[in-house]
Amino acid sequence: MNIEYIAGIIKAVTIPVMALNSIPLLVWMERRGSAFIQNRHGPNRANIGPITLFGLLHPFADAIKCVFKEPFRPTKAHPIFYPLAPALVVVPALLTLAVVPLADHIFLMGAEIPMSVAELEYGIVYMFAVSSISVLGITLAGWASNNKFSLMGGLRSTAQMISYELSLGLSIFGALLVYGSLNPNEIARLQGETFFGVIPAWGVLMQPLGFLLFLIAAFAEANRNPFDLPEGESELVAGYHTEYGGMKFSMFMMGEYVAMVTLSALTVTLFFGGWQVPWVTTEALQATVGQPLRVLCQFLAFAGKTLFFCWLFIWVRWTLPRFRYDQLMRLGWKVILPLSIVNVFVTALVLLGLGWMKGTL
Amino acid sequence: MPAPLEYLAVSCILFGIGIAGVLTRRNLLVILMSIELMLNSANLAFLTFSRLHGQLHGQVIAIFVMTVAAAEAAIGLAIVVALFRQTGSVRIDEATRLRG
Amino acid sequence: MEALFHVATFYVFAAFALAGAAISAFSRRLVYCVFALLLTFLGVAGLYVLLSADFLAAVQVLLYAGGILVLLIFGVMLTHEIADVSTEANFTDIKFGAVISGILWLLLVVYICKVPWAVLDPLPPYAPTTRAIGLQFLGDYLVPFEYSSFVLLLVVLGAATLARKEVD
Repeated sequence: MNIEYIAGIIKAVTIPVMALNSIPLLVWMERRGSAFIQNRHGPNRANIGPITLFGLLHPFADAIKCVFKEPFRPTKAHPIFYPLAPALVVVPALLTLAVVPLADHIFLMGAEIPMSVAELEYGIVYMFAVSSISVLGITLAGWASNNKFSLMGGLRSTAQMISYELSLGLSIFGALLVYGSLNPNEIARLQGETFFGVIPAWGVLMQPLGFLLFLIAAFAEANRNPFDLPEGESELVAGYHTEYGGMKFSMFMMGEYVAMVTLSALTVTLFFGGWQVPWVTTEALQATVGQPLRVLCQFLAFAGKTLFFCWLFIWVRWTLPRFRYDQLMRLGWKVILPLSIVNVFVTALVLLGLGWMKGTL
Repeated sequence: MPAPLEYLAVSCILFGIGIAGVLTRRNLLVILMSIELMLNSANLAFLTFSRLHGQLHGQVIAIFVMTVAAAEAAIGLAIVVALFRQTGSVRIDEATRLRG
Repeated sequence: MEALFHVATFYVFAAFALAGAAISAFSRRLVYCVFALLLTFLGVAGLYVLLSADFLAAVQVLLYAGGILVLLIFGVMLTHEIADVSTEANFTDIKFGAVISGILWLLLVVYICKVPWAVLDPLPPYAPTTRAIGLQFLGDYLVPFEYSSFVLLLVVLGAATLARKEVD
């Protein structure tokens, strides 16, 4: 066995486990956040005697409750597709994380090991490809439950996700043109430079419009408020997961939170420098503190940025009201899509102009 | 190590299933799906040849085939929806009128 | 060891692809047909990876599973009483179709078996192909590439015109 195989196995186990373990944290953040924002009662009532730990016990109570609920299938639900649907939502969400780099490459026993499960040359394409499968899971859940509300939720989510996937893809085209690469690690590394030696050259500064459009489309893609029409409680009971309970229901929740983490990680990688610690390149950092500490710093930078965007998801959810369905579609097709095409066009023109000025074209 | 023959066998069976689906089914949607199967099998053959000759031309052509498949699905579904509006079903044996 | 792994994965993916294809072409329940197609697309994508065309595999999943399949599901939902679990899809005249497809298929098999195929070299060279494919598009295949973008534009217009509700 050579070191690359061993490292690969370790990464393939650790990264999904890390993502899954971030779910209780996010649930906690969400409940505390909603309590702060909307002046609700927080989860700080789950307690062991006098110990509440700022509500940290609540995610555990939630998890225990979901695990020990009876697995239950409605009589009219489909026997195979009904349990399959939650898996079809969670698994793609976890697979997407495989190409997200957590830090720059490390050198171990003479081998150069990327800090993502697999470093693909076309990593961004892979992320979009795999995440598009989870749409099918939601649709399947809606259909297999054999419930009109579920079906409406499933249909809505299909229409919504296919509309916004276009915008999501097109809005990052400008950024991809600037970087000239589809490899997430390469993209993160390219953002290590600085403008005028002061401002880190993050993608958000070169593609402000692209970032904004991407963020809006990402909210829609994750089925989060203000675009959570597939599960709009006031209209559809709970949308596609009406008939699901216990562990199957929490798998949908897991899918949603992992998708949130993935989209945040993608945002950070594309627009906020990925694992870059601002103003310090990998080489400089490594020369100062050594490799293990360098990896730790970069990982913490990445995790911190990603958590910030997860918080942004939560913040937006508890601040904005839900869109109406026709408003959602109009926003997607008549505002975001044309704007992202304009963004691609302008970016291409500017790059062409810069190329002429430098004389490379 | 699977030889090209084995990939081509998969491609061939896939194509056969696609043809049988197109010729025996009555539902226009299933016919569209069978056409997608045939296009997929063609792509598989292209990639096998691409691999066999160590060239990329097969892969480039496969992307063109996928473009055509996407176009075909979009137009096909538009026709299905239009047909459904006209006749109230998507069975091809009920689509007997040439004018709307 | 690696060769054995390769062969095993080949058969697993091939079985996925063929089983999915058989269900989607011959099942009487329309929803099975659509979702079995997912199995086929993923299986074929796996075979692409084994043929060291991994970029194509990603494009296949993106385009077929994420695009075409969702369109087809839309078609099913727009044109059927989807809430009815047993949405059926019947066969036409089976004999006629079966005979013709059988003949075509036999011809294919005969011609494939006539060619002496070489054995693929044992370890597929994993070489990044994305950049090379992109350069091909802007080099040898520039005209077809531009032409296909034109075709896609026409498709968008055509589909919108066809599916539009008649305004009386």
